[in-house]
Amino acid sequence: MIVQAVFDVFIFPGVLFTAVLGLMAGWLDRKVSARFQYRVGPPLFQNFNDFFKLLGKETILVKSGVSWLFVAAPLAGFAVISLVATVVGTALFSGRSAGADLIVVMYLLMLYSVLVVLGGSSPGNVFSSLGAGREVKLLLADELPFILVCLVPIIRSGYQIKLTAILAHQSEHGLLVGSVSGALAFVVGLLAVQAKMALPPFHIPEAETELVAGPFMEYSGPLLAFWKLNQFMMLVVFPFLLILLFWGGFPPAGLGVLWGVLKYLLILVLMIIIKNTNPRVRTDTAIAFFWKYLSPLALAAVVLAVLGV
Amino acid sequence: MGWYNKRLAKSLWVFHVSASPCNNCDIEILDLLTPRYDVERFGIKLVGSVRHADVLLVTGIINDKVAPRVRRLYEQAPKPVFVVGIGACPTSRCCFKESYNISPLRETIIPVNLYVEGCPPKPEAMIDAIVKLVGVLNG
Repeated sequence: MIVQAVFDVFIFPGVLFTAVLGLMAGWLDRKVSARFQYRVGPPLFQNFNDFFKLLGKETILVKSGVSWLFVAAPLAGFAVISLVATVVGTALFSGRSAGADLIVVMYLLMLYSVLVVLGGSSPGNVFSSLGAGREVKLLLADELPFILVCLVPIIRSGYQIKLTAILAHQSEHGLLVGSVSGALAFVVGLLAVQAKMALPPFHIPEAETELVAGPFMEYSGPLLAFWKLNQFMMLVVFPFLLILLFWGGFPPAGLGVLWGVLKYLLILVLMIIIKNTNPRVRTDTAIAFFWKYLSPLALAAVVLAVLGV
Repeated sequence: MGWYNKRLAKSLWVFHVSASPCNNCDIEILDLLTPRYDVERFGIKLVGSVRHADVLLVTGIINDKVAPRVRRLYEQAPKPVFVVGIGACPTSRCCFKESYNISPLRETIIPVNLYVEGCPPKPEAMIDAIVKLVGVLNG
């Protein structure tokens, strides 16, 4: 039992698997982005080189800042993302629930944004504080549609919050994305996830042209490596969560594996395309977009789900 | 250390220090990121924060006004960090060498590892310089 849990967290759906897959997904992101701009793009193991290089660099602690928070934030973020990866991964791959349900996943993903805010505001740098402030605003903007979107699979599967129950419901009654409420919720969810990962067009906190690197500006060496790794792992966690909630997970046998890989690549490439074809929106535009347009849409999806459409 | 240096050589993140340049070299540096040259093939990336940098590209004539700033930027960068002087100004001071506000020898301000000559240097020359740096790192 304990061996199983340790294996789950550290090796298969957890840290090792998600980190390796995430670094490869990050390579795909950079490569596809480069092809969009008629460039060649980085070699296959570029992100691994970046990660190991950052691990060996000097760590600089800022004199005026809160040092323990500065150090703790990226490590806690890594722990949070690893936990989400474990919970989502065990439900997807081995059909067990790792002692947590959808509410915990939502809570942990929100906690990650809070950790970015704490890490960004701890060094006392003006730019990183501004980035942290923008992260708060983005969190306010995207949290409501994201929660509403998560409600749709819960309602459709007969008010069950267990991830495995949502999967079981979909394997019996067909994919949720095939129904009206599911399709609506998936579209809103994709955009909300884009904002949760702070990818363009919602890279408002990081905004490299105005805020240098946003909350991560003062980070160097291994701590920066962990922030980068967290961002790459999110490229795995969020598509997996969307696949679990709306696309019926990964069927374990035969052609199902190929179909599962295709689902993952489709969602990932969709995110990269959205990322590459949209410029950054202003903070107020982003909040208006999420509150005026996407939240009513998500609410409509919830109502439709209650009606059973 | 050999293994680490190979990783470092494959992922040099570049930070751009403008020490009062005329902007010609800066434009040529940005050329390196365009589809024609695309240095991301070698893992080179332009970063905005000096805390993320592995290579400082110094352009321009380092005069009395910016010399302390350049020194401070070098101290803020996490080590190991390399400094590349781009263009004729940091190399030989170009036409400004008789000027009244020129700092003393640039080696006393920051240790420069590599110079790229030219006014402005061609992007090919800069890629050549980076390849030499990578060669030194790889042993």
